[in-house]
Amino acid sequence: MTAPALEVAHLSKRFGGLPATKDVSLSVSPGERRLIIGPNGAGKTTLFNLITGDLSADAGSVRLFGQELIGMPTQRRVHLGLARTYQILTLFPRERLVHNVVLALLGLDRRRWNPWSILTASRDLYANARAFLEQVGLGDAAERIVAETSYGERRRLELAMALAQRPKLLLLDEPLAGLSQAERQTVRALLDAIPREVTIVMIEHDMDTALGFAERITVLHYGEVIVEGTRAEVVADPRTREVYLGD
Amino acid sequence: MTPRAAAALAPCVLALAAVPWVIGNEFYVNMASQVLIYALFALSINMMLGYGGMVSLGHAAYLGIAGYACILATTAGYDQLTAAVFAVALSTTAAAFFGVLSLRAPGLGFIMITLALGQIVWGVAYRANDLTGGDNGIRHPARPMPFGFDISDAPSFYYFTLMVFFVALFFIWRFARSPFGASLKGARDQPRRMRMLGHNVWLVRWITFVMAGFWASVAGVLYVYYNLFLSPHAISLQQSAEILLMAILGGASTLSGPIVGAAIITLVKNVVSTYVERWNTLLGVIFVVVIVFMPYGLVPGCAQAWQRLRNRMKGRKEVSPAASEPAQ
Repeated sequence: MTAPALEVAHLSKRFGGLPATKDVSLSVSPGERRLIIGPNGAGKTTLFNLITGDLSADAGSVRLFGQELIGMPTQRRVHLGLARTYQILTLFPRERLVHNVVLALLGLDRRRWNPWSILTASRDLYANARAFLEQVGLGDAAERIVAETSYGERRRLELAMALAQRPKLLLLDEPLAGLSQAERQTVRALLDAIPREVTIVMIEHDMDTALGFAERITVLHYGEVIVEGTRAEVVADPRTREVYLGD
Repeated sequence: MTPRAAAALAPCVLALAAVPWVIGNEFYVNMASQVLIYALFALSINMMLGYGGMVSLGHAAYLGIAGYACILATTAGYDQLTAAVFAVALSTTAAAFFGVLSLRAPGLGFIMITLALGQIVWGVAYRANDLTGGDNGIRHPARPMPFGFDISDAPSFYYFTLMVFFVALFFIWRFARSPFGASLKGARDQPRRMRMLGHNVWLVRWITFVMAGFWASVAGVLYVYYNLFLSPHAISLQQSAEILLMAILGGASTLSGPIVGAAIITLVKNVVSTYVERWNTLLGVIFVVVIVFMPYGLVPGCAQAWQRLRNRMKGRKEVSPAASEPAQ
């Protein structure tokens, strides 16, 4: 049996006295689409930050295809095949779109250490970056400055940057947040088109769009996993209704 | 290099090369050499400041370490080249060590640690009488003879400095446009994102710190060749702050900004101080005025003003035929 793409075991994190993640364990198989839901403050983004190493865990383990990530700096985890998008857009606003993707490509390219060559002369990097922009429907916007693009375009740029990293495990933090209904459908179609070699864990509030996307769903509440199962199981579970849909 | 950039650069190079002929006066040729040396200091600090967003208040430390090392090695009997290489190597090694200490803390912490390290170097220079001559300073025996050329007079020293300056400028220009430079600027704007893209933000900053230290050390050796003397006054906090101001005044986001800033501050210091006693006040006034009207410094500020002027001219041209139409 192959190791799970992501295996989180007994992961805990406290902010002062407040437990943000309490003994979370979950396992995501290779190629799976996993949805993480939960009310505001349930610790969903904190969980992502612990997986990526933006935050250091107090206890527990995070394994990527069997390899322990805890104690490893973020960039090394990324080199092992981890990528994420941010709920709050984290882009380079004064740069061109293509430059944003080039930075993503450069992160995994040895040339990033080169202080001598001219970056814009690396035509292959730019061609590659344009291909990823094309993939998310931003081919024509490649030369525009990020600050001059719409919110929906920036969301897709976030996605293009993560895809450019050719991740094995992709963490999507509310990729549909703030988008119009039409834009949601576009992004949803882009997500559906991601090949199965990429395992995806997604945080999303928009149940209508997200439920159809994932095979399995994990419900977080006050930093704890309270329900986990298939779509039907989770929706039917009374605890889900209680914390999420209910009262 | 694009043809346009080459066309813009060529007159600058020619103008700089013609300086001794045009000026003639030895005093001013020497001042031009000083401008170049300070421009190199400002360029080196700007690698950290402009591209990396790292504000250092201890940059004069490399002038101190490289300068004293160069003088001491020469007086100990080593030839000038060996002494210079040793000085730059020692000072760059110190930068590597200082970088590890300074990069422990971001932002304000970084400023304070660089400040403290700069003051330590100054303090050692001040106290270690046997080595550095303390407050009195020490003399460098003579200028070197690179490839047998005598650079003891003002014009030839200017050309020597200009050549070193061009080499440094070329490397720093490439640095700013390189993939590494792009990583550095990315780390300045979005360090968290850059880590998530696989960049080692700490290492990128540290390497930049060391490179900046290297070029400051080269400038430090030039400084000693120029003055043939070094005392703790040259490596005080005031010196570090002035180098930082040069970069900010000219525009830290540009390559030419620190050079312009270095020229202005050096000229005000040397020329104006012969006429006006309170030249420090004048420097302060210039700085405040520039920052109020051009918050990003002189070079970006002037470029912006020029762009606005051109747009207005263009707008007038485009508007005028349309405006004349109804008259028909």
